[in-house]
Amino acid sequence: MAMLEVEDLNVRFYTDDGVVKATNDLSYRIEAGERFGVVGESGAGKSVTSLALMRLIDEPGVIESGEIRFKGQNLLEMNEEEMRSLRGNEIAMIFQDAETALNPSYTVGEQISEAIRYHLDLDEAAARERAIETLESVGIPSAAERYSDYPHEFSGGMQQRVVIAIALSCDPDLIIADEPTTALDVTIEAQILELLEEVATEFDTAIQLITHDLGVVAEFCDRVMVMYAGHPVEMAPVEDVYYNPQHPYTVGLMSSIPRIGDDRDRLQTIPGRMPDLIEMPPGCNFHPRCPYAEESCTRVDPQLVDVETGDPADPINSDAQTAACLAHTGELTGELEYEVTVRGEDDFPGPDGASSSAEVTDR
Amino acid sequence: MSSETSQRTTERGRIRVTGFDVDRVESRDPLSSWEPDLQSEEGRGRLEYAWKRFRRNHLALFGAATIGFMILLAVFSRPIQLPSSFPVLAGQTVQPFSLAPADPANQDVITGYREPTLENVLTWPPTGLYLFGADWAGRDILSRVMYGGRWSLSIGFIAVAMALLVGIPLGSVAGYYGGKVDELIMRIVDMLYAFPFIVLAIAVIAVLGRGYWEMILALVVVGWLPYARIIRGEILSVKENEYVTAAKALGSRDRSIIVRHILPNAMAPVIVQATLSIGTTVLVAAALGFIGLGLSPASAEWGVMLNVEQDAIARGRWWAGLFPGLAIFVFVMAINLVGDGVRDAFDPQGDQTDSDTGGLR
Amino acid sequence: MSGSEPLLRVEGLEKYYESESDFIDRLLGRQKKVKAVDGVSFEINEGETLGLVGESGCGKSTIGRSILQLREPTAGSVYFKGQDITTLSDSELRDLRKEMQIIFQNPQSSLNPRLTVNDIIGEALDIHGIEGDVTRDARIKDLLERVGLNASHANRYPHEFSGGQLQRIGIARALAVDPDFIVCDEPVSALDVSVQAQILNLLEDLQDELGIAYLFIAHDLSVVEHIADEIAVMYLGKIAEIGTPEELFVPPQHPYTEALLSAIPEPDPLWEGDRILLEGSVPSPIDPPSGCKFHTRCPRVIPPSDYEFEQEEWRAVMSFRHRAREEDIAVETFGDDDDALTEALRDELDLPSSLTDPEAERVVEEALRSVADEEFAAAESVLRETFETPCTTDEPALRRTDAGRVACHLFDPAYESGPTDGTRTDDGAVTGDGAAASGDD
Repeated sequence: MAMLEVEDLNVRFYTDDGVVKATNDLSYRIEAGERFGVVGESGAGKSVTSLALMRLIDEPGVIESGEIRFKGQNLLEMNEEEMRSLRGNEIAMIFQDAETALNPSYTVGEQISEAIRYHLDLDEAAARERAIETLESVGIPSAAERYSDYPHEFSGGMQQRVVIAIALSCDPDLIIADEPTTALDVTIEAQILELLEEVATEFDTAIQLITHDLGVVAEFCDRVMVMYAGHPVEMAPVEDVYYNPQHPYTVGLMSSIPRIGDDRDRLQTIPGRMPDLIEMPPGCNFHPRCPYAEESCTRVDPQLVDVETGDPADPINSDAQTAACLAHTGELTGELEYEVTVRGEDDFPGPDGASSSAEVTDR
Repeated sequence: MSSETSQRTTERGRIRVTGFDVDRVESRDPLSSWEPDLQSEEGRGRLEYAWKRFRRNHLALFGAATIGFMILLAVFSRPIQLPSSFPVLAGQTVQPFSLAPADPANQDVITGYREPTLENVLTWPPTGLYLFGADWAGRDILSRVMYGGRWSLSIGFIAVAMALLVGIPLGSVAGYYGGKVDELIMRIVDMLYAFPFIVLAIAVIAVLGRGYWEMILALVVVGWLPYARIIRGEILSVKENEYVTAAKALGSRDRSIIVRHILPNAMAPVIVQATLSIGTTVLVAAALGFIGLGLSPASAEWGVMLNVEQDAIARGRWWAGLFPGLAIFVFVMAINLVGDGVRDAFDPQGDQTDSDTGGLR
Repeated sequence: MSGSEPLLRVEGLEKYYESESDFIDRLLGRQKKVKAVDGVSFEINEGETLGLVGESGCGKSTIGRSILQLREPTAGSVYFKGQDITTLSDSELRDLRKEMQIIFQNPQSSLNPRLTVNDIIGEALDIHGIEGDVTRDARIKDLLERVGLNASHANRYPHEFSGGQLQRIGIARALAVDPDFIVCDEPVSALDVSVQAQILNLLEDLQDELGIAYLFIAHDLSVVEHIADEIAVMYLGKIAEIGTPEELFVPPQHPYTEALLSAIPEPDPLWEGDRILLEGSVPSPIDPPSGCKFHTRCPRVIPPSDYEFEQEEWRAVMSFRHRAREEDIAVETFGDDDDALTEALRDELDLPSSLTDPEAERVVEEALRSVADEEFAAAESVLRETFETPCTTDEPALRRTDAGRVACHLFDPAYESGPTDGTRTDDGAVTGDGAAASGDD
């Protein structure tokens, strides 16, 4: 049993304009100590996923169905009190905007030790000591002194370190990091990613990293889930997603990022934009933007399947590369014609040749 | 996993994806009837959204209806005859209806105070005469309350409108240009704010004397301050918007930038404040009337009506004070309901489709 | 670049702001100058793109607005088609706005929510009376189609469009006056990956078709590398390095460029480049460091020639000096005993228990004792005066090297005599010669 198992999660928002289908039959798992990436563009339902894990979905949103099992316990059946003792203690969150995640009218020390006192039942002095230790472990110099500083006295990068310290303070098993570096400059981003990597290894913490930055995912994650319009479209170990993407949306994403050192004149990108989550296209949601779409794509809503076998995916128990595209179930007459080439490896024959050229045919 | 073939590297930009052919999407006929439509329906500006939300607020609608009813009563209480000096239709009656059961000025000093009675409603033809009783001079209070609305309500609306006319331009100039102009205008505002509201109004009336327009002027002198402040603060934040910079980059003139780009986006809190302060203005007018600085004691302005009956109320003739007081209360209450409704309508936090699903669409 | 005049030439551009202050501060003259842009020069040729990169607060947006005279520059000149536009009158400037335009970062806030698309784009046409032989509506329709929007949406309000579509409307507004030069102020930073690529493609197409020159401001080096013909890297209001993308990404590089480049996450799971992690964050522009502004974070500060330093020791001494200057050392937390205190301080400052050079060791020990007595100024001055390095005293100027122009003393032949073990040897060691060869042209 994995540490976290999400099964068929459906989150809906009932708004005046209609029902927003934020996640649809979302299933995935995170092992202890694993780094799991959730990638997608804005509106893909990434953040809702993380809020659902913490049961922090507010009106008019509801978790309509599904199970979220954390260490075997279904979070959706817990009462508020049990949930509170879990939040911050076993599952912690890191937000994009550190400035608003910290309360400006308390010192950072108080904010850290508050969580420690509540969850670990320590007295004030012990909590203070532990808070200072945590601040030190996230690389804040003169931690004892800075304990009594207010958030505005820290720079943006340092504030994000404090947020990470708060998340780490109770030694959680899972940290949900929602775009933790998006608001930071690239040199600071590098510091924070390095820090996250360090602490995740040191404390053996699993991290669910939500981001839109494919560079960050490549660097940080073990496994990735790509989301589009509230649906998981591809889930695989990180190397497969980058060297051998199997869903047209993933392929499109990979081909639209400008990469340093490749001298393309034009970026091949995905036309159009993501549909809003109220009125979605029939069949495969991606078909209006997909160069490989056919008539059948407008009728059949593709499910995640194992790309090798075409069998329905089992994201909870298997590690296989899965994608939700009809190309993998033989329902598409054409092929996904694209090629991934890795410079410097053209004459490096792979065992099956699949690593450099990823043409998917009917099985 | 396909990674056996790839090696760790320090070279950038190795991966290249080719063959993701965008043109195929653009050149083919749409596969399904689904159209990538705009995010929301056509042509609803922010004002329309606000109006849509306001309409759903039943309490605010009730308030608006109450105010409408009071205005109708005031307008139709007695016929309106244009003064003979009026350029057109001089001396003509433009509003012939007369809902008030009696002439509000019609005295019957001999009988004086008369308790409220339902009798006249039950007679045929029914009349509201003495429904609210009569005052010390035997004047029908119902008629006076209806007719008095003409003063009380018009003072509220006109004073606020004039205060807006003063406050908005001054606040706009201060906020947009900043620097010395801003300093000067805002110090004047601070100075006037340092006087207690009512004292300032009393001082103005003491200088100008009593009367309808004098009263309005006194209310405007103190009334424009909040608008100037609010609009200035609002403009300071709106002018940071990039569309203002864009207009400058296109070579727009200052006046056009203020009128076209800044003011329309800075008005919402002013509208809210203005609506709410119609109520307070009516209250201040009534208070001035009550302490004898309002209109002439013969007028039916609600505050004045209370003023002349001060000792009657103390002697147990409750109706003389209750009904004008009640009129003030109902009006201010109603205007506050409307004001709150307007505020909620303009407040994006109240709009669930905008805030709660944030980032989802 | 010789011969014909470039489309745009910026010379010694400076923009200082008064720091935030209240009335009393102003009265007492306690205001400080924020040097947002501190002497920047560059050129842009017709139909070309100059990318301007840097971290937040480096002054890159201020440059864009100062060029367009939306913020009056404190000093310096901006020549557009050979004419110094900093001296123009208001009405001359208004005419010039037909030729220079701007696109903004945030598509939501750059379009007035109360105007229809028609009004937004039409405003430019109205101001400058551009109609020609086609009608206003036809022109607007044409512009909308050119940026890839449905012309029938002209009567819609901005809130009905998505971010990418809004950005296209912003581009159409800029194009309406038919400009020769557009400042693109982070035009794709707020957009999703696929939409970002669409907008980049659109900008490139427009450049090919209409020959517009761009000043492309961004914080994302990979985007700038894709679109720009030349890139300028900025740090604290100054250009650290400028050159073509090819020049920028090969040595000799400014240490900041090197660090910035190494920090970009590469979308390749097997990429394992060396990260150069810079210490701390960008210093405040209110009181910027002396000499080279990057020296407080630079991993390659030139060590003083009279002392012998390991690079790590030297880095630790530099950061000690910097923290003494900022008084950012918590002394009271280390107890009272003098020896234990200096020991704890060494620990806190990552200084080894004894430096290689005994003479240097003596000076550092002296500075540590000053700090122990909380005399930060004394510690700072003893460190500054003894360990003199050009990086903290002289401001480096942009000088031509083999690859681009770099503002760094490492590539200045005048400081070549300094010990070379201080510089990274893998790629940077030979750069002294290169700089000497081309430094004086």
